[in-house]
Amino acid sequence: MIQANEVLDAKGLACPMPIVKTKKVMNNLEPGQVIQVQATDKGSTADLKAWAESANHQYLGTVEEGDVLHHYLRKASGEEMAETTHEPTVSNEELESALDREDSMVLDVREEAEFAFSHIPGAKSIPLGKLEEQMQELDKNKNVYVVCRTGSRSDLAAKKLANAGFGKVHNVVPGMSGWNGKTTSL
Amino acid sequence: MTVTPMMAKQLAQKVIRKEPIFVLDVRNHDSFSDWKIEGENVQSINIPYFDLLDGVEEVMKELPDDREIVVVCAKEGSSIMVADMLAEEGKDVFYLQGGMKAWSEHLEPVKVGDTTQGGEIYQFVRLGKGCLSYMVLSNGEASLIDATRMTDVYIEFAQSKGVKIQHVLDTHLHADHISGGRKIAQQTGASYWLPPKDAVDVPYSYEALEEGKVITVGSTTIHIQPIYSPGHTIGSTSFIVDDAYLLSGDILFIDSIGRPDLAGLAEDWVGDLRETLYSRYKNLSEELMVLPAHFMIMEELNDNGSVGKKLGHLLSENHGLNIESEEEFRQKVTGNLPPQPNAYQEIRELNLGKITKNEEEQREMEIGPNRCAIR
Repeated sequence: MIQANEVLDAKGLACPMPIVKTKKVMNNLEPGQVIQVQATDKGSTADLKAWAESANHQYLGTVEEGDVLHHYLRKASGEEMAETTHEPTVSNEELESALDREDSMVLDVREEAEFAFSHIPGAKSIPLGKLEEQMQELDKNKNVYVVCRTGSRSDLAAKKLANAGFGKVHNVVPGMSGWNGKTTSL
Repeated sequence: MTVTPMMAKQLAQKVIRKEPIFVLDVRNHDSFSDWKIEGENVQSINIPYFDLLDGVEEVMKELPDDREIVVVCAKEGSSIMVADMLAEEGKDVFYLQGGMKAWSEHLEPVKVGDTTQGGEIYQFVRLGKGCLSYMVLSNGEASLIDATRMTDVYIEFAQSKGVKIQHVLDTHLHADHISGGRKIAQQTGASYWLPPKDAVDVPYSYEALEEGKVITVGSTTIHIQPIYSPGHTIGSTSFIVDDAYLLSGDILFIDSIGRPDLAGLAEDWVGDLRETLYSRYKNLSEELMVLPAHFMIMEELNDNGSVGKKLGHLLSENHGLNIESEEEFRQKVTGNLPPQPNAYQEIRELNLGKITKNEEEQREMEIGPNRCAIR
């Protein structure tokens, strides 16, 4: 099961209730947190997707298990206007051409649910909030390309890594929101 | 202020009578742009219900005072919520009972004419989906043509008219809607007719609908004459009823012609379509009233809500019957096709009896507009 900060049970509820409830719960989440909505109303997929778009939330994807739809959404985070302070930054295209190199790795610092539905093949997932405890899993000798959705969380992550002694850390801007290369899902 | 439910039947009659209606459609934008309630005097706007959860003040100023306002959604739940909010702000509003689901399933019976021997012919107009089916009544008996899956409507109608359904016919294997033909035949003991070329390997028994066989309605002499008219499907068959009506199935419509591609064989069938429209039909009496199995746009409706025009009129006015060059015709009907109907392959398989689906699944399969024609 994909991790979420909050699980909403909207099974058995007919439209408009799945969205009415999702909106309520979403109001209490922190920006950037992920909600899992369990619903049985077939129309909920298209409506949640359309609602998320109009409310600037991210619709991540839906997993179908039997009759139950598990929808994942991420609350609007304001990271669109990202300022990046870590140097160096690289473009998506530069990352794409570096992917095949032996000495490079992609570190994806988005939430687990974002990573689950779409990520660069071979990327390692460590959500920003867990970076400090899992940092030792990374190889300091490699070029680490840090990617998130817009370049904002990866900027913070890149700085953390640099402070911890990683010498070859690159922030990928914008990251997944503009990614046209290959992706895969879990 | 008040919220009143409006049944699909009421709305259908208002649309046919061209009463001014204002539809506030609260489904999401994709659903709305795919398929919506249309009519000559229907105005509509689309604001998804989820954009109205915090209040409807913004919508209030868009709502006219001189039209009935009907709030519409997929099933009705969201439209009731929005209608309640509007009523609280001081508006009298209706919501469409059962939503677009009910709209898609509503059949409005309209009489298209009398036949000799005191018989009648009725057209069942499915406004929400553009499907047309027919019942020919005479002397206590009825034949039913291109029935939809809403089988109760026909059975109850026959009862109210005091007639027994003896024959159920499909002009062809439908790809855009689920046929109710077999089910009605089973329920009423009628015989079910299908063109054999469209019924290859079907697991059920049926009467072979072929040119030369004449079906009689009532003990007297209303004849239904099959005319082999391939092109939309290889088996497509039209009927001449009582020497006055031409039931053209999905071959010829009022303002468009059939498409040959829904079985994946456009290149093979385009020649048949041309032959049917430009030779077979042109040899028929121009006085025949063409009654198709579909309409595409509301402008095709006559004032009484029926759909039908004289063949002579169509021969001069319908663009699809007036493409001189064979090459241009071929290109028009194979190269320039609209999107295919929702779930059309599954619908064909269901009509062939190869798969089964429950009622809810059938409903989902039929959602959306009809797309059987080329204009």
